[in-house]
Amino acid sequence: MTTQTKLIAALMAGTLMAGTASAQDVTLTIESWRNDDLAIWQDKIIPAFEAAHPGIKLNFTPSAPAEYNAVLNSKLDAGSAGDIITCRPFDASQALFEAGHLADISDLDGMANFSPVAKSGWSTDDAATQYCVPMASVIHGFIYNKDAFEEVGIEEPTTEAEFFAALEAIKQDGNYIPMAMGTNDQWEAATMGYNNIGPNYWKGEEGRLALLAGDQKLTDEAWVAPYRQLAKWAPYLGDGYEAQTYPDSQNIFTLGRAAIYPAGSWEISGFNGLADFEMGAFYPPVQAAGDTCYISDHTDIGIGMNAATPNPEAAQTFLNWVGSSEFATIFANALPGFFPLSSGPVTLEDPLAQEFISWRGECESSIRSTYQILSRGTPNLENETWNASVAVIKGEETPEDAGARLQNGLSSWYAPHQ
Amino acid sequence: MSKSASKPKFRWHIVVFLAPAVLVYTAVMIYPLFNTLRLSLFTEIDQERVYVGLQNFRTLFGQSVWSDQFWNALGNNFWFFVIHMLVQNPIGIALAAVLSHPKLRFASFYRSAIFIPTILSFVIVGFAWKLILSPIWGIAPGMLDAVGLKSLYAPWLGKQEYALTTLALVSVWQFVGIPMMLIYAALLSIPDEILEAAEVEGITGWSAFWKIKLPLILPSIGIISILTFVANFNAFDLIYAAQGALAGPDFSTDILGTFMYRTFFGFQLQLGDPHMGSAIASAMFAIILIGVCLYLFGIQSRMRRYQF
Repeated sequence: MTTQTKLIAALMAGTLMAGTASAQDVTLTIESWRNDDLAIWQDKIIPAFEAAHPGIKLNFTPSAPAEYNAVLNSKLDAGSAGDIITCRPFDASQALFEAGHLADISDLDGMANFSPVAKSGWSTDDAATQYCVPMASVIHGFIYNKDAFEEVGIEEPTTEAEFFAALEAIKQDGNYIPMAMGTNDQWEAATMGYNNIGPNYWKGEEGRLALLAGDQKLTDEAWVAPYRQLAKWAPYLGDGYEAQTYPDSQNIFTLGRAAIYPAGSWEISGFNGLADFEMGAFYPPVQAAGDTCYISDHTDIGIGMNAATPNPEAAQTFLNWVGSSEFATIFANALPGFFPLSSGPVTLEDPLAQEFISWRGECESSIRSTYQILSRGTPNLENETWNASVAVIKGEETPEDAGARLQNGLSSWYAPHQ
Repeated sequence: MSKSASKPKFRWHIVVFLAPAVLVYTAVMIYPLFNTLRLSLFTEIDQERVYVGLQNFRTLFGQSVWSDQFWNALGNNFWFFVIHMLVQNPIGIALAAVLSHPKLRFASFYRSAIFIPTILSFVIVGFAWKLILSPIWGIAPGMLDAVGLKSLYAPWLGKQEYALTTLALVSVWQFVGIPMMLIYAALLSIPDEILEAAEVEGITGWSAFWKIKLPLILPSIGIISILTFVANFNAFDLIYAAQGALAGPDFSTDILGTFMYRTFFGFQLQLGDPHMGSAIASAMFAIILIGVCLYLFGIQSRMRRYQF
């Protein structure tokens, strides 16, 4: 053998060995928009799964939330997307399923652990086919700084009158910004504002389903009144809230400069690490004492399988595990604030998360009004709601005008409203 | 022999040397451009691509849901361009005039300092200015307070009436180095004999700039204007980095680039529509093409050139 052939032989042997070594392990790549969760996946979820399923490795590759849909769609069209795909609820995922990108997983054993409501975010309109395993929901409410409430001498408000009295008291006290929310990023005002306080007015699922059926209109009092309350928030939002971004709001609250934070429960895990004061939470105040309370308990994350994955068996094994209560327990405790949707028993260690989830017992649950079907056409009701919420807070549009504009947009394409 | 003399040999080396550039340019520029124009003539019905002719353009210009956004974005684009023409180019010319003054000390330092922002990424510029102007952490309110002008401060990026102008000025800050360098080069290329001759005639200082130098650099200003026009009507990055794809507040900073991005790729719950997105992209292409043609045939061809 010449030196050259020896070298080639060595290289080929090396390649073969590397090839056999990697053939034993299947690596599943997971697409997600939850880049905040990278540490939790790497430290807790992935080791637990890999320990139980030798031979399957997981690779969690999240992208930025705002870009996820665009990035994912391009990757799927180009055939370079990962094996496992984290699903947004409703239309975005349904479109992926209809385009043949998500596999039908109706027959998966793990699916037995979910109620029809939990599954609704990721099944076809007739609920016959399931394309993602429900993973978690988020609950809306208000997180507050207990120290600040003590200093000012106020209690958790339960009615709207008490709520505004509390805000006024904090403002008069002068040491805290009453409420940490900005309108720069727009979605905060709609998601943490309109859809947070709204279910109390439109009576949760009752109003939402009536709107879907065309029996209620966005110009009805139940849908305009939340805007009327939002408009009253502006004086309590702090200087320059118009240019305040979402991370600004988070920082203002966790640094102890603001007393109340209109929240989604997903904030809990982040806030726990940042705030050095005790936090409490209250659900959206009702109009009059004794009214039934309604909360937004929104199906938020599901997880499905890329129909073009080269490793369908391994992917199904993983999805089955996601449906188990083992995963639910790890996930719910690793990420307090993302509440499992499976019916298996789960205990939460985080007191704040426990507070949020306890509302499920006191109040009626509903999901965000604009998510199912209503954002399927152009103009898209969700994005319009962002815009309207900001406009009424800034006083650039009256609540009535906002309702009329949204109704016009919706009836331009949605048959039940024509 | 006479045959070969009358018909010169085909020069293959030209083809060979041009081929790589032509192939690459065709693959990444010409083909996508024509494919975009083609895509804009289709629409998707039940996962099926259907030819609909100019229907997408009729929707874009005719339905108020689309046309309101389109005209808003186009108007914002014009305002963006106007600010650049009114602020960036005069400042660029003034800086070049000052820098080319032979008695100015540290000229090369100023030149580099002013040019540096041009090489920064949009994302960094957008983020840095967002921080500077932030009402909560920014240094802008504090600096204005220090000179007693706190009352002038407003959350500029959050107010509908100021946001676009603010971003245009940020863009001016970033790119003022380009007209400065081009004009500077043009000013340096003016022969000294001409300036000396003018001096003999008694034209010095300001009048020398207005009467001698400015006419001589007019072609450069024309080139800068058209470069600014093309860059401004293609703009996207700065708005996206600072205000996101919804170009808030209330679409007051929405330009054709962000409108196209939102439509083409989708945003949040809104699903992407490549066909309407292509229609917007085609409209952008047409607007830029018309602008460049107007300039070429209306202005460039009438411009007088001076030969030394």
